[in-house]
Amino acid sequence: MDIIDIRSWFTVVMIITFVSIVVWSWSKKRNKDFNEAANMPLNEPETPRPVAKNLGDNNGGEK
Amino acid sequence: MQAETYNYKVVRQFSVMTIVWGVVGILVGVIIAAQLVWPALNFDLPWLHFGRLRPLHTNAVIFAFGGSALFATSYYIVQRTCQVRLFASGLASFTFWGWNLVIVLAAVTLPLGLTSGKEYAELEWPIDILIAVVWVSYAIVFFGTIVKRRVKHIYVANWFFGAFILTVAVLHIVNSAALPVSLTKSYSAYAGTTDAMVQWWYGHNAVGFFLTAGFLGMMYYFIPKQANRPVYSYRLSVVHFWTLISLYMWAGPHHLHYTALPDWAQSLGMVFSLMLLAPSWGGMINGIMTLSGAWHKLRTDPILKFMVVSLSFYGMSTFEGPMMSIKTVNALSHYTDWTIGHVHSGALGWVGFITMGSMYFLIPKLFGKKEMYSLKLIDLHLWVATIGIVLYIVSMWIAGVMQGLMWQELEADGTLANSFVQSLERMYPYYTVRLLGGVLYLVGMLIMVYNVWKTIAGPSTEPVEQQVQPA
Repeated sequence: MDIIDIRSWFTVVMIITFVSIVVWSWSKKRNKDFNEAANMPLNEPETPRPVAKNLGDNNGGEK
Repeated sequence: MQAETYNYKVVRQFSVMTIVWGVVGILVGVIIAAQLVWPALNFDLPWLHFGRLRPLHTNAVIFAFGGSALFATSYYIVQRTCQVRLFASGLASFTFWGWNLVIVLAAVTLPLGLTSGKEYAELEWPIDILIAVVWVSYAIVFFGTIVKRRVKHIYVANWFFGAFILTVAVLHIVNSAALPVSLTKSYSAYAGTTDAMVQWWYGHNAVGFFLTAGFLGMMYYFIPKQANRPVYSYRLSVVHFWTLISLYMWAGPHHLHYTALPDWAQSLGMVFSLMLLAPSWGGMINGIMTLSGAWHKLRTDPILKFMVVSLSFYGMSTFEGPMMSIKTVNALSHYTDWTIGHVHSGALGWVGFITMGSMYFLIPKLFGKKEMYSLKLIDLHLWVATIGIVLYIVSMWIAGVMQGLMWQELEADGTLANSFVQSLERMYPYYTVRLLGGVLYLVGMLIMVYNVWKTIAGPSTEPVEQQVQPA
């Protein structure tokens, strides 16, 4: 395998990576998580979240 | 047990210094713009020579003004979106004093003519080491806060700040590698074309990560906050992040078109620069569309106006940039004032305005006030500064295109039709308009100083973070 092969495969790998990121981002499964994430700045508390409470409900920005 | 609070002290310190260094950096810019109109203004003193003050201007606006803004906003955002107090308060405090020491050392050494000669990386090796130490401390504070976060998800703004911090560390350390010959003189570890390529790999990523990724972090937090709406598309922000950081890394060679750099490397730089249009505009659209359904707020909210105008300039300069990276366009634009105009539409319009918008949002909150002293003055600042930017970039477009055309003009026998000085003589009116634009931008900044001063000195309506600091 010479340098040209490596470069060609690298291009293919990068395209697959890009397509995977797009597919992952737009998959329906992410809907709920991304909605929560997008609202993080709007739902944030004015003081840090208490330590004791956090371990159980580690999901997204609300609660 | 005392209730835990956010560490706003270091955010306050960096926010105030953002405004102070902003005035200083822009003032130096105005001085050198005036020198280009009236060369006698260097008073025949070496310390005031354009060649020494110009790096002082760029360092002051990029690293002192922009840098302080990045420290302030990243420390604020990472705490609030991770819902946990900043990691290692002592180290955070060190980053403040260390960074300001770097700035003071730059302000002393650059006018003295001590420089390593690398654009945007002029500082000599002892200062470079100090920068590296401060920057690693910054990374520890930032990523330490991410690690101890109390929510599962890492908000998109933090991804942009994280990429910016990590990349700038790598860029700075690699590009500043040098062999010292004395305390104030060193030689680059690289030679010839390799040195140039390393320099512009650093230089363009300083634009892409220091002046873009970090400020996009501000955009993704402060625009939703100020508009009181979630970001338009969180999915798009994910794709925006990964494409922006992977493409920027390769765009540097467009600074070296038609040089000794191998032709394929130039073309590679050009192609990646062209592709950068996609993530740049994706991000801009994501920011602007965050306002969809709340457009009416733009009529009444000058802070939101600052943020949206900044995105407009971002879109404009990220269209202009890829266009200028095309080799045939670059043949006309390279080494002309068109480049200066392009840089300033990004710097004054995008970086400056998103910073000012963010500071107008932050200052009242950090100092326990309900809002800024005067919304009218924010509006005035916006208009004075916008007119200043337009004067600046339009005059530089005309000047740059005229220079490019004059330098390429040939006589019938193939000799150059114009000497450099002949093109320079034609620049006077445009350099004068540019100076006026810069003065207006500085006036806007002074309006901000007054407004911030009155806000901080005014009566408090809310307790300042309850004034308690856990030990």
